[in-house]
Amino acid sequence: MLLAFDTSSPTVTVAVHDGTDVVAELTSAETMRHGEQLTPLVDQALRQVGIVPRDLTALAVGVGPGPFTGLRVGLVSARTMSYVLQVPVYGVCSLDVLALEAFDTGVVTGPFVVASDARRREVYLASYDEAGLRAGGPDVQRPADVATALPVVGEGAALYPDAFPDGRWPLRPAAGWLARCVVEERAELHDPEPLYLRRPDAEIPRAPKSVS
Amino acid sequence: MTTDEPLVLGIETSCDETGVGIVRGHTLLADAIASSVDEHARFGGVVPEVASRAHLEAMVPTIERACETAGVALYDVDAIAVTSGPGLAGALLVGVAAAKSLALSLGKPLYGVNHLAAHVAVDQLEHGPLPEPCLALLVSGGHSSLLRVTDVTSAIDPMGATIDDAAGEAFDKVARLLGLPFPGGPHIDREARSGSSVAIDFPRGLTSRRDLERHRFDFSFSGLKTAVARWVEARERSGEPVPVADVAASFQEAVCDVLVRKSLDAAATEGIEDLLIGGGVAANSRLRAMAEERASALGIRVRVPRPGLCTDNGAMVAALGSSIVSRGLPPSSYSLPADSSLPVTSVLAG
Ligand SMILES: [Zn+2]
Repeated sequence: MLLAFDTSSPTVTVAVHDGTDVVAELTSAETMRHGEQLTPLVDQALRQVGIVPRDLTALAVGVGPGPFTGLRVGLVSARTMSYVLQVPVYGVCSLDVLALEAFDTGVVTGPFVVASDARRREVYLASYDEAGLRAGGPDVQRPADVATALPVVGEGAALYPDAFPDGRWPLRPAAGWLARCVVEERAELHDPEPLYLRRPDAEIPRAPKSVS
Repeated sequence: MTTDEPLVLGIETSCDETGVGIVRGHTLLADAIASSVDEHARFGGVVPEVASRAHLEAMVPTIERACETAGVALYDVDAIAVTSGPGLAGALLVGVAAAKSLALSLGKPLYGVNHLAAHVAVDQLEHGPLPEPCLALLVSGGHSSLLRVTDVTSAIDPMGATIDDAAGEAFDKVARLLGLPFPGGPHIDREARSGSSVAIDFPRGLTSRRDLERHRFDFSFSGLKTAVARWVEARERSGEPVPVADVAASFQEAVCDVLVRKSLDAAATEGIEDLLIGGGVAANSRLRAMAEERASALGIRVRVPRPGLCTDNGAMVAALGSSIVSRGLPPSSYSLPADSSLPVTSVLAG
């Protein structure tokens, strides 16, 4: 029994995979507020399948890139559950989750790009080959600098249609596909380390300014 | 669940310390801390994103260390308590999410508690049951509050607070003016020992008759900080050396004078005979000495936990959690929010 969740996008998504298929998949009713929504959704998903946390044998978590605050909710939850339950936790790049869904559902066929919202008029972006494998990225980029006519999966295309005219579904990662990434080993599996891709905003102060 | 000696694990991440404490009843079993203070030093203050990143990295290792020190298995814990506010939003969120995952995985109740109330409750680990009512002066880099504590688990009323900078913040800013490292408190305290506290007559904020009408139990440290800056600049302009020890001692005296004066005034007004001082600034040697000296003249007892328990830590959260569990109060839900401005009147959050 694998529990998967991703908090890298505005939506919290949770799924349970029994080794054969996804047996529960829940999406938050509200966007944002990851910290308030994740644990209730996990609780609900486990109840729906009729299992308790100790029945879990593995965890999967989306490691971003994505807005830091929400991202950390998923990562600290995954690490803590892994420690308590003594089960492995696998991290997957959240852009790979979008890529697998688009590839397996036939939304894309040739090479494509995945772009999500990085705020500040930038996108998190990765490129994929015709076999659906990541060929470049993830990076944080200005849309105009990486404009492409290739199909673009994810929210980036919806936000920046000038740079990415061929937008495709899905818009946000779904935990069911995250679970498949891990169970079917269809993506690179990482430690549960966040892909921040940006340094913290912090300035080293100058000498104290004069007050008189 | 009602039990006299619950085994409680407490998590604290409201600022730059990742704290995990374990208590049985009011016996301290472990107080594990990981601090990101060194990462903030070059910025001259706590950088929220840096603190949040550090909490994520430190969380599981700190839980692990606390369990090892306490010699308990996680599954034996009766309840999980966590600071749900006030504090830095992103930092709080890491602790709250970890606490929820612990509670869910272990099948144990979760209690989201108030950081300020926890600063009060921690004293029980060192000095036994709290005298109630008592007056609590909480002073740190993040808060300066005067509280009337009728029941630490459910009835805390704010009497006064800073209207601008926190006391600890003033220490940090003055330390920077004097070229002393961050955090400033311990450095000012050390410098002050060789200086004269009456060398410079720095202002005492909100103590004029007019201010007392509206802000009798409130504090203000921003004017004091500016006065110190002006004084130091005037010295520098005149080409004379800045007497760091004297400035530190006189500044420290001004801060402590106001804190103690107002606390004792509040205690006398409320007819309260016990004053508890907590928060990082409670480690200041002059504050402790002055409070004890002036309070004893009024027949008021002063309680100050040892410095390690005054600064932010997980044991204080566990101590409050333990009191709450013993009272049989209802646990928080898994949708408990991290509330950066949680009022002190909410000891236990939903
Ligand atoms: Zn504090």
